[in-house]
Amino acid sequence: MDTTQNQRDWTSHPPLIAPGYKSTIFRGPSQNLITVPELMKPSSGPIFGLESVAPLDHDLTKNGIKNGEPLGERIVVSGRVLNQHGQPLKNTLIEVWQANAAGRYVHKRDQHHAPLDPNFFGAGRCVTNEEGIFKFYTIKPGAYPWGNHPNAWRPNHIHFSVFGPNIGTRLVTQMYFPGDPLLDYDPIYLAVPEKARERLISSFDLGLTEEGFALGYQFDIVLRGHHSTPFENE
Amino acid sequence: MNKLGQTPSQTVGPYFAYGLTPEQYKFDHTSLATPVLLDARKNSQDAIILRGKVCDLHGEAVDDAMIEIWQVDQEGKFQIKPHQGFFSIGRMGTGTIEGNLFEFTTCIPAAEKPGQAPAIHMIVFMRGLLSHVYTRVYFEDFKELNQEDPYLKLVAEERRSTLIAQKVQESPVTIYEFNLHMQGENETVFFDY
Repeated sequence: MDTTQNQRDWTSHPPLIAPGYKSTIFRGPSQNLITVPELMKPSSGPIFGLESVAPLDHDLTKNGIKNGEPLGERIVVSGRVLNQHGQPLKNTLIEVWQANAAGRYVHKRDQHHAPLDPNFFGAGRCVTNEEGIFKFYTIKPGAYPWGNHPNAWRPNHIHFSVFGPNIGTRLVTQMYFPGDPLLDYDPIYLAVPEKARERLISSFDLGLTEEGFALGYQFDIVLRGHHSTPFENE
Repeated sequence: MNKLGQTPSQTVGPYFAYGLTPEQYKFDHTSLATPVLLDARKNSQDAIILRGKVCDLHGEAVDDAMIEIWQVDQEGKFQIKPHQGFFSIGRMGTGTIEGNLFEFTTCIPAAEKPGQAPAIHMIVFMRGLLSHVYTRVYFEDFKELNQEDPYLKLVAEERRSTLIAQKVQESPVTIYEFNLHMQGENETVFFDY
């Protein structure tokens, strides 16, 4: 049995201290993490199922409507959640949040001088189906400035929070868009080891694009984890 | 067969509140997990409060961390059916109460496996943390079990105290304090699951 497959692969994940992203310098742990032997790791956990999501939770173009449609470019974001063997992970909760088309978050702390959209809230969630597939409708988020360094701008992105079968598969990440020129300047994206960065960039997908309605972007998410056997599914 | 590469982690950032902990921050969206794991009206004798802060290198309590706790109930089971009076996952951001504390209402869990001491899993997410980190909350009352706990045994003796919650109040409700130090002299032990 491959005993490394359940490890967090630090050649894929960003380090805890990455000086280009300044706040990591005093917030990231400086001492080594304590490695837990494979057999001691928690192998089960609570599962959020379909009962966790409401009918409009996956549609950010509708779930914040007050008096009209949200502004911006409608998009469909879909993909599969897989383990490292390419097996789909069903019943996996995904939560998303993002800025609006102007690059402004609903969060009270966001003081970026760009308009809020009264009809866009910017958060949603869904649960993967039997094939591990998820699908969100939303508005393409705008870029926004931040204080990390002079003239710093975050590339367009959607935040993802994902649960897998156990606590070890928990993941929080960000999905980016193809061809975004800001990626080359973003220390959060650049903190990811180079060989793994492209996994965070969605791809434009004409097949997913809905005629006359919304552009499609595909984004697959790979969680670490064991080959699942019928025994483990019990 | 070539394995697929893991999707890299990215920071939760400063603006997670309306997506992940909306009720706590008074946004018009339901929270899937809240700071209350145990329905204290049904199980008041077992309720405890677990509270603490997340300190950065300068000892400042950060006001934009999100703490997630995972634990089994007193029978050793993970539960996420709210009507059963216990919910195995709690979440709280550190920006809404005085002192930038997190504060969970829960119970002391059963030991997850034979030979382990009771412990609560804790995950820290925040701006400035590119990958989340895991720690474990033990309780000072279980001195003997703690001594034999296989996770605590992985930790150098002089750092084990960073994983033990201290009882700071007995009644009317028992309060345990568990402060996290991301860096510095008392840097909390974090595990790589």
